[in-house]
Amino acid sequence: MSTPGGGRAAGPAAARAVLWDALRRGDEQAARGIALAALEDGMPAEDVLLDLVAAVQRTVGAEWAANRMTVAQEHAATAINDHVVSAVAAHPAAAGTAGRGRIAVACIDGEWHALPARLLAEVLRLRGWHVDYLGSQVPVPHLVEHLHHTGPDAVALSSSLPVRLPTAHLTVTACQAAGVPVLAGGAAFGADGRFARLLGADAWAPDARTAADLLAQGPPRPRPPGAHPPVDDLPAAARREYVRLVPDSPRLVREALDGLQERFPAVRDHGDRRLQQTAEDLARTVEFLAAAVYTDDGAVFTGFAEWLADVLAARGAPAGFVPAALDLLGARLTGLPRAAALLRAARGALGARRTAPGRPA
Amino acid sequence: MAGRSFEARPARTGDGRILWWLSDDTARRRAVEALERAEAELERSETALERARADLGDQRERTAFLARTSEALATVLNAERCTELIARLAADHLADGAVVIAATGGRDHRVAHAAGRDAGHGRADGDPRQVPGLSEALSGFPPGPSRRVDSAALPCWAVPPGFAGPAGEALITPLPGHGLCSGALILLRSADRAPLTEDDEVLVRLFAARAGAALAAARAYAEQAAVSATLMREMLPPRLRPVRGVDFAGGYRAGRRTERVGGDFYDVHPGNAAGGETLAVLGDVCGKGLEAAVLTGKIRTTLQALLPMAGDHARVLRLLNGVLLDGPDTSFATLVLASVVRRGRRAHLRLTSAGHPPPLVVRADGTVQETRTRGTLVGVLDEIETESAEVELAPGETCLLFSDGITEARGGPLGGAMFGVERLAAALRACAGMPAEAVVEHVQMLAAQWVGEHPHDDMAVVAVTSPPLASGACAPQRPQDGGVP
Repeated sequence: MSTPGGGRAAGPAAARAVLWDALRRGDEQAARGIALAALEDGMPAEDVLLDLVAAVQRTVGAEWAANRMTVAQEHAATAINDHVVSAVAAHPAAAGTAGRGRIAVACIDGEWHALPARLLAEVLRLRGWHVDYLGSQVPVPHLVEHLHHTGPDAVALSSSLPVRLPTAHLTVTACQAAGVPVLAGGAAFGADGRFARLLGADAWAPDARTAADLLAQGPPRPRPPGAHPPVDDLPAAARREYVRLVPDSPRLVREALDGLQERFPAVRDHGDRRLQQTAEDLARTVEFLAAAVYTDDGAVFTGFAEWLADVLAARGAPAGFVPAALDLLGARLTGLPRAAALLRAARGALGARRTAPGRPA
Repeated sequence: MAGRSFEARPARTGDGRILWWLSDDTARRRAVEALERAEAELERSETALERARADLGDQRERTAFLARTSEALATVLNAERCTELIARLAADHLADGAVVIAATGGRDHRVAHAAGRDAGHGRADGDPRQVPGLSEALSGFPPGPSRRVDSAALPCWAVPPGFAGPAGEALITPLPGHGLCSGALILLRSADRAPLTEDDEVLVRLFAARAGAALAAARAYAEQAAVSATLMREMLPPRLRPVRGVDFAGGYRAGRRTERVGGDFYDVHPGNAAGGETLAVLGDVCGKGLEAAVLTGKIRTTLQALLPMAGDHARVLRLLNGVLLDGPDTSFATLVLASVVRRGRRAHLRLTSAGHPPPLVVRADGTVQETRTRGTLVGVLDEIETESAEVELAPGETCLLFSDGITEARGGPLGGAMFGVERLAAALRACAGMPAEAVVEHVQMLAAQWVGEHPHDDMAVVAVTSPPLASGACAPQRPQDGGVP
């Protein structure tokens, strides 16, 4: 049932290009047609999901990160991709086998990027697991309730943004307390999975295929009672600073915003929207700072600061905007030496970068 | 001289004679003896102390094990996981292998087993009566202590697959529950290890008390959860799907994090007649949490019953108003009705608000308009007045129904600010040409990020979208494709 809008593309790379094009045009029918055509041409359903849909979704993410796609456009493309996944999953060629155990797949609460978890759920279903896909925005109590209710062999937790790591810690702990081992995945846990280990996840996988391979060897063994994750060994000061920093965010943002307007009067000239955007960027900065304090990992924050500098440069922010924002935030922190040190380190990394941080407004 | 002792010592005098000194050393001798006795006593006390220390260590270890047991079991409320954990704890600390048989009241018995690193669960592949004493342990009657049996008498399913025999004696212990027996525990020790002592048996009994209580709690939780899930099913917001060439998508976030439902609600009812109108409803009742959710259930049922009159929104709302006024509780609600039908490439909407924020429309060019409908809320006044509005949606255009939980959400980067209609409209400007789900998700995400960790009211949104042309939903979909599940 190849559709007129779809057309057949030779090879995964060509199919990816056509699918990416369909997503950009918002052409859902074409997108569905491309995936179904690939399926009918003999591409295994798992490959259609991972080498086609997931690969193109990564492009969507990269385009958003590079400020070439708005959040709304990213949502529109993701919604279409989600429909593509549904179409593939409903196709007879993607009928799952049965016979393995049961796995719950969920996003960390506050995580809106649900597609990676959805893809993992479908891949596990194809590989014979009974999968409960809980989606994004699952409050921890609901997740735990589900685990009590169904008693799965493992729960796969997905998160893409490191700012969710404190919530991820809470979630991992709650799942393990319910006696269910945790498999962590997604960019938030670090390219090498170091945050999965830090939070005491029972297993970590860099992508859906690896996760499925790992689970195929048998679900991870639950932690022995009483065992505690490495994050509990971090200095108590880190946690103290985290709990002080989070509620202080509105004040820090307000004061830093005032300071930025003084130093860069142009911020005001662009009207309320730009001011609002800057306030949101500052709030996000404090969120990343808090996550870096919580995990005692400077790279989390420096990486974010560098990314923000690039994005703001692309948006035409004045040179030195991000370093100035970091200075202003740093000057307003009181009694938070660890956070202050992280800010200084990020400031230093930005200063050391060869590339110009942006063009003057 | 009775009781006394003397010491005789010779000494040579100056003239060559021997002089014998005779001295009474009774006191000294007694002192030495006393010292010897004291030393022996000390040695005995030291041995006793060492034994006491070892005992204390044992006791501490046992207490710690029981504490760990309680801690680990306290949070596991799934019966299967719970039996597995009991088996693992028992196999790791009390024996070399353990099997837990859950008492189900029926004939079918779930079994969890553990030995070494191997653990799992399955079904008892045989009659519990095959194991001497197991039936009594499982029925909890007559109540009694553990029973020792010859492990050779155990059937296959009562020995953990990971247990590397040969086994010595096996111990069968009931797991007491709340009035009923929760199950039974079979402990196996390798034949080459010392059999369980009486002290060990005491520990097993203490462990069994904790394990049994945990298993009973898990079972009670499952029963409660099943009851509330059944009751809740009707109250959960429905999953929306396209109906006859018009896309519908809904999103819901309860104000209380522990709950799934609250005072907001939405429904989409595909009309009965082919080509007829579909009625979408979104509303908000007074109150919060479960109580409010019960009231939404009442309103949703009433509206469903009034569907045949959906051609006349004012009449539907008047009747609903009457039902609420006549009801036993003082309850009121605001809501929006949207009757939707596809005409050619466009979706035609008839909207009526009853005290509810008017829906917003996103045009294909990104313009956002507030629909011009207003009316009285229902459940307060005897007479209500409403003013309907008609809206046409070209392909790619969306009409968004939302509750004030979205617009009145407080938070933002500076804290304490309201999300507001303006910000919602600004968010919608980016949503022209987007699929209905994407619009809903976009709005939900922005509102959720706006409130962050702050408390908020229930939030509900429904997007009614005329499908973008490219998505090719031109052919009207079959009626059975749409509507509530």
